[in-house]
Amino acid sequence: MKATGTVFKYGSNVDTDVIIPARYLNLSEASQLAKYCMIDLDPTFVQRVKPGDILVAGPNFGCGSSREHAPMAIKAAGISCVIAPTFARIFYRNAINMGLPILESAEAAAAIAEGDTVEIDFDTGRIADATTGKTYQAQPFPPFLQRIMESGGLVGYVKAKRAAGKKG
Amino acid sequence: MGMTMTQKILARHAGLEKVVAGQLIEADLDLVLGNDITTPPALKVFEETGAGTVFDVEKVAIVPDHFTPNKDIQSAEQAKRIRLFARAQGIVNYYEQGEMEMGIEHVVLPENGLVAPGDCIIGADSHTCTYGALGAFATGVGSTDMACGMATGTAWFRVPEAIRFELVGKPSAWVTGKDVILHIIGLIGVDGALYESMEFTGPGVAELSMEDRFTIANMAIEAGGKNGIFPVDEKTLAYLEKYAPKRLTAGTYRIFRADDDARYAATHTIDLAKVPPTVSFPHLPSNAKALGTFPEVAIDQVVIGSCTNGRIGDMRMARRILKGRKVAKGVRCIVIPGSQKVYLQCVREGIAEDLVEAGAVFSAPTCGPCLGGHMGILAEGERCVSTTNRNFVGRMGHIRSEVYLASVPVAAASAVAGRIAGPDEIGVRKEG
Ligand code: SF4
Repeated sequence: MKATGTVFKYGSNVDTDVIIPARYLNLSEASQLAKYCMIDLDPTFVQRVKPGDILVAGPNFGCGSSREHAPMAIKAAGISCVIAPTFARIFYRNAINMGLPILESAEAAAAIAEGDTVEIDFDTGRIADATTGKTYQAQPFPPFLQRIMESGGLVGYVKAKRAAGKKG
Repeated sequence: MGMTMTQKILARHAGLEKVVAGQLIEADLDLVLGNDITTPPALKVFEETGAGTVFDVEKVAIVPDHFTPNKDIQSAEQAKRIRLFARAQGIVNYYEQGEMEMGIEHVVLPENGLVAPGDCIIGADSHTCTYGALGAFATGVGSTDMACGMATGTAWFRVPEAIRFELVGKPSAWVTGKDVILHIIGLIGVDGALYESMEFTGPGVAELSMEDRFTIANMAIEAGGKNGIFPVDEKTLAYLEKYAPKRLTAGTYRIFRADDDARYAATHTIDLAKVPPTVSFPHLPSNAKALGTFPEVAIDQVVIGSCTNGRIGDMRMARRILKGRKVAKGVRCIVIPGSQKVYLQCVREGIAEDLVEAGAVFSAPTCGPCLGGHMGILAEGERCVSTTNRNFVGRMGHIRSEVYLASVPVAAASAVAGRIAGPDEIGVRKEG
């Protein structure tokens, strides 16, 4: 699987309250939530983002609440991948569970600039900045998490396990 | 090499002799929690799993506490969806406003006897880590985890490393668990414990009340931690005797201790005697400053409550400071007990009367202003001293409003002073 897109770049500790503020949590449809994605940090984000675009940010991306509305809003806004040196742990597991690709790379997160065109190969974890010509290597996921991602997220994994259990 | 307390609990629930940091495991769950914000997305996922029924009707808890009593039509629709689900599934621990078991999830679950030492708990709410105060492994997850947890009674975990906080000494007057945790987060930063468990040990633990421990474990997530956990001692057992007598007599709990040779990523020694009353400035819990080291900050609002500081001890402390005094002109002081039981106790002890006479708003339990939901939203440029746990941009309202995190004594004294202040500054005598 590959993705290509334009980069939106933000700082460190981007928290779930700016990704999707609580005042919109009375919504639970992804397409509705996407309309307010990043609104308190960058009100122009929703107008500018195109399908396939890439978020690059500083450490501890997604800190704060456990709201799955955050990765849901990002995914529904069209973002194909988030790159950061580290992710807050609940955001990390939510992203895996719902199949939003995320990659950890301190180098890529530091060097890639707003507006760059970036290509990502998820199978190898290779990140290529077409604007600067530089490439970076992100940590690949351990096999167990890859299995979850390959099943289309945790639901697919649970379903497959249930089906196997019934047969046995 | 030995295991940490958290690792031992996880190993036990995964049916393994031993686990090591970084290992991915699937563990059995003792409790799966959701609230009115995180449960609706989970219901859709739960349906997709095809499970049909939850794994155990007694091991699922659903608490509609964030936007309740419903603040608008959309939140009423959300609450209705989870109510119908709970009814159809026969969920035992579903509570409605006004029921004696009702309140903010992390206040009521321990109060209702649903948490005991050695438990493995997930909750679709980041402050699920609160239950570590009782020696349980408890961690916040998302709605998909909640749904799959309800379906299967299991969850996947990456076994965490631990940071050890060796507590020594005794806190000085007016210093509470809140000051201790704000101080620690100031020390290590909002990602200081990322992916790791925070294990609190040492002789200082005995000096902390159960309420202090709940407050400290509650904010482990604010340092990026997966969980915060305390050892089980006499105070823990006395708490269980009062709130979870059934688990205690049935023996359905297990006390784990970290091995002597457990490996820690780091150890911090915290001398409780040296922890000052601490205030975290906008817009991160790690912007911790000792009271008295910053220039005057005038305020518009005070909030006392939440899953961090909404317990009876917090209410008694608020009364201690506000009784016989007046909230400063121009300041709104909002006090919200964390549960119906705490609320009733406040009425019985006359706390409600004293607070209302002092000029405070006194409300039924809800998360309310803590997440900028309702019951005290801030306008542009307004400042609030709050006993809650987050002060991110826009957390309590307008993106140019400010939240200062503090303990109950500091919040209450600030309400009287009209600026951030400690109890001494408004003439309340030191404790003891
Ligand atoms: S009181 Fe605040 S932090 Fe606690 S559960 Fe409610 S919204 Fe979350």
